[in-house]
Amino acid sequence: MGKTITRRAALGGLLGGTLGCGLCGPLFGPGLSLAAARLGGEARFVVVILRGALDGLAAVPPYADPDYRRLRGPLALAAPGSADGALDLNGRFGLHPALAPLHAMYRAGEMTVFHAVATPYRSRSHFDGQDVLENGVTSARALKDGWLNRALSLLGGERLGLAVGQSIPLILRGDIPVASWAPADMPGLDGDFLSRLATLYERDAILGPALAQGRQAQAMADEALGDPRRAQGRMSGEKVYVANRGPQPMRVVAEAAGRLLAAENGARVAVLEVGGWDTHANQGVLNGPLANRLADLAGGLKALQDSLGPAWRHTVVAVATEFGRTVAVNGTGGTDHGTGGAAFLLGGAVTGGRVIARWPGLAANQLYEGRDLAPTLDLRSVMKGVLSDHLGLPAEAIERVVFPDSREAPMLRDTLRA
Amino acid sequence: MTTRAAFIAVNRFGLGARPGELERAARDPVGWAKRQIHAPPSLPAAFAGLPSGPSRMADFLHARQRRGDGGVQQLFRESFRQTFREEAAARLRVHVESEMPFRERLVAFWSNHFTVSVQRPIVLGLAGAFEREAIRPNVAGRFLDLLTAVVRHPAMLTYLDNGQSFGPNSPGGLRRGRGLNENLAREILELHTLGVEGGYTQDDVREFAKILTGWTMAPPEDPQAGHFRFAVGIHEPGAKTFLGRRVGPGLINEGEEVLALLARHPATARHIATKLARHFIADNPPAAAIERLARIFRDTDGNLAALSEAIVEQPEAWDEALPKLRTPHEFVVAALRAVEFNGAGESMLGTLRTLGQLSFAAPSPAGWPDTAERWIGPEAVLRRAEWAMAMGLRVAAIREPRQLFAGTIEPVAARSTALAISRAPSAGEAVATLFAAPEFQRR
Repeated sequence: MGKTITRRAALGGLLGGTLGCGLCGPLFGPGLSLAAARLGGEARFVVVILRGALDGLAAVPPYADPDYRRLRGPLALAAPGSADGALDLNGRFGLHPALAPLHAMYRAGEMTVFHAVATPYRSRSHFDGQDVLENGVTSARALKDGWLNRALSLLGGERLGLAVGQSIPLILRGDIPVASWAPADMPGLDGDFLSRLATLYERDAILGPALAQGRQAQAMADEALGDPRRAQGRMSGEKVYVANRGPQPMRVVAEAAGRLLAAENGARVAVLEVGGWDTHANQGVLNGPLANRLADLAGGLKALQDSLGPAWRHTVVAVATEFGRTVAVNGTGGTDHGTGGAAFLLGGAVTGGRVIARWPGLAANQLYEGRDLAPTLDLRSVMKGVLSDHLGLPAEAIERVVFPDSREAPMLRDTLRA
Repeated sequence: MTTRAAFIAVNRFGLGARPGELERAARDPVGWAKRQIHAPPSLPAAFAGLPSGPSRMADFLHARQRRGDGGVQQLFRESFRQTFREEAAARLRVHVESEMPFRERLVAFWSNHFTVSVQRPIVLGLAGAFEREAIRPNVAGRFLDLLTAVVRHPAMLTYLDNGQSFGPNSPGGLRRGRGLNENLAREILELHTLGVEGGYTQDDVREFAKILTGWTMAPPEDPQAGHFRFAVGIHEPGAKTFLGRRVGPGLINEGEEVLALLARHPATARHIATKLARHFIADNPPAAAIERLARIFRDTDGNLAALSEAIVEQPEAWDEALPKLRTPHEFVVAALRAVEFNGAGESMLGTLRTLGQLSFAAPSPAGWPDTAERWIGPEAVLRRAEWAMAMGLRVAAIREPRQLFAGTIEPVAARSTALAISRAPSAGEAVATLFAAPEFQRR
């Protein structure tokens, strides 16, 4: 018998084995996955994708807009200063109280809020919208790889990636190998068995590369996480079946992501996916399903900061969603698919404490198609600035390779510390 | 090469070979599949005694009316979750034990096309019933009947919110200050019928949502509580304009007219044909096959028996390469069929979750993905190998590797695979190698 592969043990020790909830109620935790890739240097970049369309007007209420309260009706938050009011940002915009940990980051100059922002996608399908957010061009089917993978292709050095989650999100798919990685409840495999399997998979265009990357990811995990528990032993039939566990907060995966990113030779780019934002009905205001999701997000981002430790100083976290939601409340106490919304940059490398928004207004004639917050900033502009100022990619290559045909989205500079 | 054709029949159209199934299919692989389409539909015994959708919906409505939110949460926790576990286990058992696996594949295909997901807790009590009541009886009927059954089922009406969508100018909407919810209307157009490029606009979504107001369930105080009910009092009055034509005013007839229009629309034919070809032929299905299937859909007015036969008749569907990767559920089912693991129970659900595909738990209304790249990452491939090993160790004492090999992948196995199985250091690893082999992971 060869050495028992310890990928499981490594993450099991790290996360207490709590990842990977499926059947649990109030059902799932957020659909979480993390992917990471190694770069040279100290800079860390994390993208958090909020799947399902975050209601930007709930997360970042434009409380001073004269039409806000009228249109949002029962979903409007009270102004800052009043009981249960929004947390003030700059006299015009506030944060949902459930985002209090982010408000602290904002006040510490480590978070910038973007509003009336959108990808170039202008229809209202989640699935196409997410594809456009991730492929970095104007249409869902125009490119089948992700802009972050193309960015990685421009970065030198070791580029092995990792993903917590069983598959790799589109944003990280492409020519540059990126592994995915997650703790599971099944014990590890014998190394000899895996190498025999690798021979069988040699000619399989899908299974072959996936297995090779999985074995590499294992090696990287061992290195990044230190000596894992090795006494996993042979699995037995009884151990195959796992108990159902409770819902999984984002904090759990964010902590792992932070540890992997903080390690000296660890990952430098990561992607986390958080689901549950499609609030069509009864989304609530101060409390309720959306407030719970926001609190989970804020707790997750705070956990990421904590586990990054000193590396937070060199970190940019971008939080984005596929589109915003309707300005007006729909007939069922929720909001339907919209256009413009909110996004965030956080991290020690961010010149924060600012709201960047060319506010279009909420009057009837100011709304996009009479119903949505009109976008005045292209999300790609923000991301271009991060790739240039944080990861040091040449502007020309960003325009040509990462975000082709994006002249309408000029690079937004000065969002980061020099 | 009848054994190769039999392999394709029982894997590409079926759920993987149970012992003896390859030989039975080898006599007439095409006929083996086609006969299942026309077999009289009978409900598999494993589903006996499971509750109906309307009855569980009524339980929910009564709990909410009598005991409020706390009562609803308690119902979900103490009852709906158990219903779900029983439903998911029964479904697995049916897939493992079925002698009509092509028919089960069709049920699963349409169930995924019209996804309801337990990501919303209320669906825990309804998802199994939805597949059994709305999908299963209609997979060899007309597409319009299937679509209509789906849209009227309490699971779909709740999952995509239509049950609580009010016409803003209806008496009920005005009285209660409630209005539209676009969710179901949009997903019918985008996911169930025309497809995202099917040529509809935001205005069409909105108008369709108005048309569908009133499609809901009978309220708790009604003897028919939980059953489909067209509630006139919340239906948006007046005529609507949908896809450039005037619809109504005609109450429930408006929705029925639009569903019929959608079922007959060429974009729907194309959308369905593409998804079927992707499911049964290849991740990037050949354009010619899509075209032929779309034509049959149009020419037969959405006759799903004819369409299912046509899928089996596509020459591309008998390609000897194995272009499709099994989903986690298909992978587990194939392995359990190979070893005749009958009586699969709730204890298997953890495995399906760990491998990434628990029944009725798709991540969104778009359903489970149907391309290999969405399923296989470095982590997933290791998990499958681990489960193969666990199964191998578990069954080696009672199943002979050589016989398992002959009964499953031998007709298409590469020499290297056959050698690796025969030379494995133990019987357990031999079976593990068989299940992990590319020939077993593909179909």
